[in-house]
Amino acid sequence: MSAPHVNDTPITPELVAEHGLTPDEYEMIVAHMGRAPNFTELGVFSVMWSEHCSYKSSRKWLKKLPVDGPQVIQGPGENAGVIDIGDGDAAIFKMESHNHPSFIEPYQGAATGVGGIMRDVFTMGARPVANLNALRFGQPDHKKTCHLVAGVVSGIGGYGNCIGVPTVGGEVNFDASYNGNILVNAMCVGLARTDKIFYAAATGVGSPVVYVGSKTGRDGIHGATMASAEFDDASDEKRPTVQVGDPFTEKLLLEACQELMSSDAIIGIQDMGAAGLTSSSVEMADKGNVGIRLDLDKVPCRETHMSGYEMLLSESQERMLMVLQPGREDEAAEIFHRWGLDFAVVGELTDTNRMVVVHEGEIIADMPLKPLADGAPEYDRPHTATPALPALDAQALTHPLDLGESLLRLMGGSEMASRRWIWEQYDSMVMGDTLVGPGGDAALVRVHGTNKALALTTDVTPRYCLADPVMGGQQAVAEAYRNISATGATPLAITNCLNFGNPERPEIMGQFVGCLDGMGAACRALDFPVVSGNVSLYNETNGRGIMPTPAIGGVGVLDDLTKAVGSAFANAGMSVYVIGETHGALGCSLYARDVLAIDTPAAPPPVDLERERAHGDFVRAQIGAGHISCAHDVSDGGLLCALAEMCLPQKIGCAVEISGDHGFWFGEDQGRYLVAIAPDARAAFEKAAAEAHVHIAQIGLTGGAELTITDAMTISLDEIAKAHENWFPKLMGF
Amino acid sequence: MRAAVIVFPGSNCDRDVAVCLEAAGAQVDMVWHGDTELPSCDLMVLPGGFSYGDYLRCGSMAANSPIMREVVARAGTGTAVLGICNGFQVLTECGLLPGVLMQNRNLNFVCRNTRLKVARTDTPFTHLYAEAEEIIIPVAHNEGNYFADDETLKRLQGENCIAFTYAAGDNPNGACLDIAGITDASGRVLGMMPHPERRAEAALGGEDGRRLFASAMERLA
Repeated sequence: MSAPHVNDTPITPELVAEHGLTPDEYEMIVAHMGRAPNFTELGVFSVMWSEHCSYKSSRKWLKKLPVDGPQVIQGPGENAGVIDIGDGDAAIFKMESHNHPSFIEPYQGAATGVGGIMRDVFTMGARPVANLNALRFGQPDHKKTCHLVAGVVSGIGGYGNCIGVPTVGGEVNFDASYNGNILVNAMCVGLARTDKIFYAAATGVGSPVVYVGSKTGRDGIHGATMASAEFDDASDEKRPTVQVGDPFTEKLLLEACQELMSSDAIIGIQDMGAAGLTSSSVEMADKGNVGIRLDLDKVPCRETHMSGYEMLLSESQERMLMVLQPGREDEAAEIFHRWGLDFAVVGELTDTNRMVVVHEGEIIADMPLKPLADGAPEYDRPHTATPALPALDAQALTHPLDLGESLLRLMGGSEMASRRWIWEQYDSMVMGDTLVGPGGDAALVRVHGTNKALALTTDVTPRYCLADPVMGGQQAVAEAYRNISATGATPLAITNCLNFGNPERPEIMGQFVGCLDGMGAACRALDFPVVSGNVSLYNETNGRGIMPTPAIGGVGVLDDLTKAVGSAFANAGMSVYVIGETHGALGCSLYARDVLAIDTPAAPPPVDLERERAHGDFVRAQIGAGHISCAHDVSDGGLLCALAEMCLPQKIGCAVEISGDHGFWFGEDQGRYLVAIAPDARAAFEKAAAEAHVHIAQIGLTGGAELTITDAMTISLDEIAKAHENWFPKLMGF
Repeated sequence: MRAAVIVFPGSNCDRDVAVCLEAAGAQVDMVWHGDTELPSCDLMVLPGGFSYGDYLRCGSMAANSPIMREVVARAGTGTAVLGICNGFQVLTECGLLPGVLMQNRNLNFVCRNTRLKVARTDTPFTHLYAEAEEIIIPVAHNEGNYFADDETLKRLQGENCIAFTYAAGDNPNGACLDIAGITDASGRVLGMMPHPERRAEAALGGEDGRRLFASAMERLA
């Protein structure tokens, strides 16, 4: 008697629900199939139609984002976005979330997040040259926070360091809304020649479908479905659905793929990420408008007796699917075998527009491709706009601390304290092209062998997005634009990672719609289109959602890296100017939160996109002209914290000669930069500002070992540095 | 100078060191770990990285790669060897240098600039540095905590085999005697945890590492 076949499992409403499908969605599947699906087919549909793979709640709104521009070679829809950076070079990049797995198993969750995003980039023919991340954790004193921080940081480092791609930047916030749902967003940037970019589309009936990389195991089955559901207290039981990463194998896979890509043997290539073999084969065949036949008996497995269902849904890491030119299999196999990797022809392209899966000699799934790839329903979920909040009444405030005490509290607090404890665990220098690593505004990575550099940053201010999603969405894009501009580089395009709560709740959907509206407006105003991205919904535990967190990954290019400026004071005797007007906007500021302890929400600082652009253009032009010797974006903590950040790296102080109230020094008005100007460049700088109608104000002079404000504050840099550097090691216990 | 850079599966600083060697004027051959023959060369370089994913123990599997028999044999006849980071770990695993590199004292990976003191200048790698000169070279490792028994440490000191030490207060990993790099008695085999190839041009923040390659170029050509 033979063992019962998984496809003998009866399809019940409970089974459909366990697969995360609604009864209506199930009926649509039956209609597409012309019959009831069997168990395997149900599994395949469920992952392809999961929120994670199908973007069914978000698609309607993603379509409104600007995705075009002369610099765009490939916008959203491929493994990663591609932009032209001149001279035949392309930058290929994307950001992706690995939130749910990282909460359950922080080391492996974060590590495989990094591994997955790097595969998305090198699948397209790029060599990854930089990794960044955007991390959000719960309250510092929450019982799980330290464990999660340690695991995530170690996982990100463990993967990136081993594969040998520098981790050059990132951001970290702490907030109670992430107590049960941390966010781990990983971004990877790669470089390729514009004429050597590889796409997923598979063409050529009869062409061999090839599996390369690691063997398939039972890990990560239904990871995509898990990433599309809320958490509850039993989520720890989902630990077995977290994949396990092997950066060593990925390094070999990277080198083997690069070697094969230098020939013309590959027609199409796709990383096996979420929903593994299923989504990679469906996407390749659908994009090429062909059919595909897979023979699962040929799939390299590391466990025995795996069912076809398990093989199709496994999310084992470090695997790729390729379609090769017929007859090139031996040449390709030789390369992968030399790198010690599995290589197997597991199927072929057909002309049926169907996906047919054979296992143990019988057809276990036979499905139409179109409905799998893009037949998932597009939901226009009800959404309620976040009500507008009143501005904070600055007149009514009393300030409990003086300027110096306030500065120390902010610079030594969870949001602004040095992240050195984190970034010293990342190899930020391997590959020998990191010009500016972690700790500045944007990282600068040289385009290998040229005089050009990429400027890279990740940004979002979730507390602004919560208070006013439209403004928060605008601000996230604007801050990325500013961080890139402050190095002298031209902002070119962004990727994003949109982390929100449960979209089935109208107020959460309203946050999503608002943030995208704001992002779209900013991207249009700043010529900063979206070329790739990822959506992570259902970031809720026991019905409590995270703050809306649309993380932006910005990429810019600097044509002459010798013109780059840093964000720290490098010399004494420089005049310090603030670019942009300061009104003292304290609503949603860190000062309001951490010094005033205001818990009634207020409107965040408004973003003026026209000024944002004018100031960015001005700063870049002045850096290009050699007038600016260092520049820093003014954001969290306002002017005084930004000044302190410029003083600390090289221990060069600043004497400020103007006076202002707490709002002036800690307000988070947007569109501002602090710059240092050499004495002989001041006249030209001031003239250019007048001509460009850009508001500037000289506020002080660099020098000394203190940060002083005449008649108001004197504080030694050592004291600020102590507060700034000690917070993280103290939190982590060393 | 002809230099052979050995590429193990998982090496990831092979290109970086080749760039520096070529900038110094060397002719560089990349040699696959599975090969059994080395081209004729004046210098063999074991680069940084995670050979074999650091599985089993850092450097231990690489030390048993086919090409290493040839590397050890050539070192025995006087060909110079430079092992950086993972390369230093391989050198201790294959016995060309004594001691072991244990996990960092704080159990975390560390990547940052370190201040080093040049302790030995009569080697082909260090003669362009001044005795006791302080230089800045970055480290990036999880297992850089040099350990050897007292007798070995005494011998290293007695035979002037300590090439670089971390400057006072700047030991990033807990290494015995603040050791950052050691040589064999002849000075022709150098293993070091810091990465000179990461600070060999002004654009990368400094040029202290460049002189190591320039030294080799002068003495080994």
